Amino acid sequence: MDEPTTTGAGAPQRTRIVLAEVVRSRAHDRARAELTEQTHVGDALLRGLVRAQLALALRLSTVVAIGLGALPLLFAVAPATSTIKIVGISLPWLLLGVGAFPFLVAVGWAYVYLAERNEQDFTAVVRRPER
Amino acid sequence: MDNPYTVPAIVAVTLVTLAIGFYGLKLARTTSDFLVASRVVSPTWNAAAIGGEYLSAASFLGVAGLILKYGVDVLWYPVGFAAGYLALLLFVAAPLRRSGAFTLPDFCEVRLHSRGLRKLATAFVVFIGWLYLVPQLQGAGLTLTTVTGGPYELGALLVGAVVTANVALGGMRAITFVQAFQYWLKLTALAVPAMFLVLHWQADGRPPVTPPDGLTFPAATTVVVDHPATLTLPDGSTREVRAGEELTFQAGERVPHVSGVDTARGMDWLLPGNDAGGLFGTYSLILATFLGTMGLPHVLVRFYTNPNGAAARRTTLVVLALVGLFYFLPTLYGVLGRVYTPQLMMTGETDAVVLLLPSAVVGNGPLGQLLAALVAAGAFAAFLSSSSGLLTSVAGVVSTDVLAHASDRGPGQRGSVRDFRVAALVAGLVPVVLALNVASLDVSQVVGLAFAVAASSFCPLLVLGIWWRRLTDLGAAAGILVGGGAAVGAVLVTILGPPLKGSAAALIAQPAAWTVPLAFAVMVAVSLATRRRTPPDVGTTMLRLHAPESLRL
Repeated sequence: MDEPTTTGAGAPQRTRIVLAEVVRSRAHDRARAELTEQTHVGDALLRGLVRAQLALALRLSTVVAIGLGALPLLFAVAPATSTIKIVGISLPWLLLGVGAFPFLVAVGWAYVYLAERNEQDFTAVVRRPER
Repeated sequence: MDNPYTVPAIVAVTLVTLAIGFYGLKLARTTSDFLVASRVVSPTWNAAAIGGEYLSAASFLGVAGLILKYGVDVLWYPVGFAAGYLALLLFVAAPLRRSGAFTLPDFCEVRLHSRGLRKLATAFVVFIGWLYLVPQLQGAGLTLTTVTGGPYELGALLVGAVVTANVALGGMRAITFVQAFQYWLKLTALAVPAMFLVLHWQADGRPPVTPPDGLTFPAATTVVVDHPATLTLPDGSTREVRAGEELTFQAGERVPHVSGVDTARGMDWLLPGNDAGGLFGTYSLILATFLGTMGLPHVLVRFYTNPNGAAARRTTLVVLALVGLFYFLPTLYGVLGRVYTPQLMMTGETDAVVLLLPSAVVGNGPLGQLLAALVAAGAFAAFLSSSSGLLTSVAGVVSTDVLAHASDRGPGQRGSVRDFRVAALVAGLVPVVLALNVASLDVSQVVGLAFAVAASSFCPLLVLGIWWRRLTDLGAAAGILVGGGAAVGAVLVTILGPPLKGSAAALIAQPAAWTVPLAFAVMVAVSLATRRRTPPDVGTTMLRLHAPESLRL
């Protein structure tokens, strides 16, 4: 094939250059294919991940719903709690004005940590399905 | 108020905003650069930018004003504004980024492939954006009147014009730098004066914020009552005052109550459970702010500039921390306002407390003037940054869904830079006109209504769209129309309608507690009734939303 193409005289022939062979285990390829092709196994794997992540999000929202959401009810049902003073500041002011923000960040931090662990577990299963 | 530093400070903030905008314009070379910052913004910058964009006039001025007026019950505003990011982190952040959607209408297209739903989402984005923009511009007007005595209209026009020009010329990349800069400016502008305020309060022998006999004036004060009212003096006697009458009070004199100005007094202010809507109002506010953040158009656009889902999650966590850090401060201003600027309780213009407090506490010497100028500059940063973010997102949907549709590219195609500029002009003009013509409510309350609409329309769409396979386009549309429509109706009645009384007032003033469950219920019910319309590729979409990037599928 040393005939020059019509678009450019003397244009170099196209060559396929492979920079690196992608080395993957067959098992890994199979699991990935099962995910992308939506086989029963792949579908079950994905549903498991979605369920785990949703359960985690719901669990942590319950923590917030109880930790913060119960406060108005508590102050309404037991007004005595709202007159407690700690270092000269009454409890509702301390809880809502100061305590709520570190609490929210702590819950958020826990979520990021646990959600990434769920994803690592999922990746591990997909990469080594035989285990 | 003749403070020689205020006007230069406001001008400096405005010029720096414009300068960073033009610097960004030089960097923006392609349409993709222009619209989404080429997705190369680092998480720290991005988090500061999200924080900067989010802390609007409502946070900077409004929260302190509400706390001054109503006390502990409105602490749910800052808590909810911050907690909204937690809900966003838990349910939306990573999957939304992986969906590749740039705006909410994009998400509708990716998940449910429905043109009609896309149009409906566009309408809601524009409504929420404008509802949120109007109080920003009104806050700007209030600030300019308070600190310079200039006309109210000028502030709204100035901020409207600067923001529209900046968005139209610089696009999103410019805005990212501007926003990040403005987060730190806003934090500094509240934190530095706050230190002086607390030191002065200590030096004054820690005057109590709820004295047993009622609030007293810390210094001789002249108050102008701008509407006819009945004054209830501390000894129980009453006195009629005409509109525009000047009242002078001596230092140590007790603050009378003015009829028609709704404030909480004494123990009502200190203890929870006394706000107008009662427990229902409190829970409604919690629901609106916790769930509304994820549906705000200017918040979602930012997530697209994260490189992947995991980064989106980490960015959100940093935002939550930055926003939480900021919200320690407005509470302090609101509380100290009781001691040092009690005259605001008579005029009802408590949104100005942040602006007036530094000179009221530190005095009118150079230090007090510098601190007052810093706070005014921070307030302008707040108006400029949130308005820019809102305008970018409203202009984004208008250019991709309205203008592109009008030309023959079809909806959903990324519009040209020219379309985006035209859209920015139109989207900027409308709220300016509205801000000049609609009576102003408390800044934070109007913003709270925008949260309620977002929570009753886009929150169910996002949460169900991301986690529930059986959502259909009809279900989503019905949920948005019924829940979001009910919230929009309640907002319009609150802003434009006559004052309401009784239990209906609470249902309308804080609608989220019934509109959010309604939206979810309708969305689920209609989706189940139309289950044949479930998109055939829902499995592929779910894989895209939830599979970690490390798999490289």
